[in-house]
Amino acid sequence: MSAKLNTREVGDVTVVDVSGRITLGEGSSAMRDTLRDLVAAGKKKVLLNLSDVTYIDSSGIGELVSGFTTVANAGGTLKLLGLTKRVKDLLQITKLYTVFDVHEEEAHAVRSFA
Amino acid sequence: MASDTGSIGILDRDYASSLESVDVAEADILGAAAEAGFGEDDQHGIGMAVRECMVNAVVHGNRYNKNKRVHVRVTRSASEFTIRILDQGEGFEAERVPDPLDETNILRHSGRGLFLMGAFMDDVKVQKASPSGTEVTMVKSFAPRG
Repeated sequence: MSAKLNTREVGDVTVVDVSGRITLGEGSSAMRDTLRDLVAAGKKKVLLNLSDVTYIDSSGIGELVSGFTTVANAGGTLKLLGLTKRVKDLLQITKLYTVFDVHEEEAHAVRSFA
Repeated sequence: MASDTGSIGILDRDYASSLESVDVAEADILGAAAEAGFGEDDQHGIGMAVRECMVNAVVHGNRYNKNKRVHVRVTRSASEFTIRILDQGEGFEAERVPDPLDETNILRHSGRGLFLMGAFMDDVKVQKASPSGTEVTMVKSFAPRG
C-alpha cells in the first residue's frame, strides 16, 4: 500500500496522519505535495504523525528532510510523532533522529508548539 | 545448481527499468531470504538494501530506459546469501558519493541509498561492469548457529 495522508487541525497545529509506505514514487510525492500545500496555505506548526507508517526508504527519508527544511524556511516548525521502531532506527543510523523534534504522545507534541 | 565454490543459484532474472520492477525484485528476494532461513529483522534489512540498489539501477543507472534491463542474481552458500544487481547504465564511482553522515550533507534530500545498503548488509561492493554498467554485490552472512 502506498502512503495515505490525512490532514486535521488541533488548535493551531496541523496534524498530518500518514499511513502505509513512504517510498520512491507515489508515497514520497504525496507527502511532498501535502507539505508544500500546507506551507503555501501559511501553516506554521506541522506535526507529522508517522505511527501508521509501515515502511520508509531513502526517498521517504529525503522527503522528511525536505519537508523539515521547507517548513523551516517558511518560518514554521515541523515535528514528528509516533515513530515505529524501524523508522526510529532508520533516523538514528542516518543521524537524523536528533535533527527532528520527535514525540510519542500527540497531546504533548501539540503543546510543545506553544 | 551448485557451483565450484559450493554456492547454489536461487534467482537469476532480468527486470525492466521501472519502479514496478523495484517492488517485484524486492518481493522475489524477500521470498528467497525467508526460504533461506533469515529472521524478520534480517529480511527487512535485506529488503531495504535490495530496494535501494534497485532504485539506483533503474533511476540513476538505466534512467528508466525501456531498452535496458536490470539483471539480478542471488546465490547462497553454507555461510552467505549473495545478491548481485547489474544495470546497463554509464557506471559511477562509489568513492565520489558524498558521505550522508557528514554534517554538511545531513540535510540533503538524496544520497543515502548506498549508505543504507552498507548499513543493512554485511558486505557491499560496487564495481564498474564490462562493457558498461554497474554491478553491486551485497552479502548477508547467516548467523552462526548456537
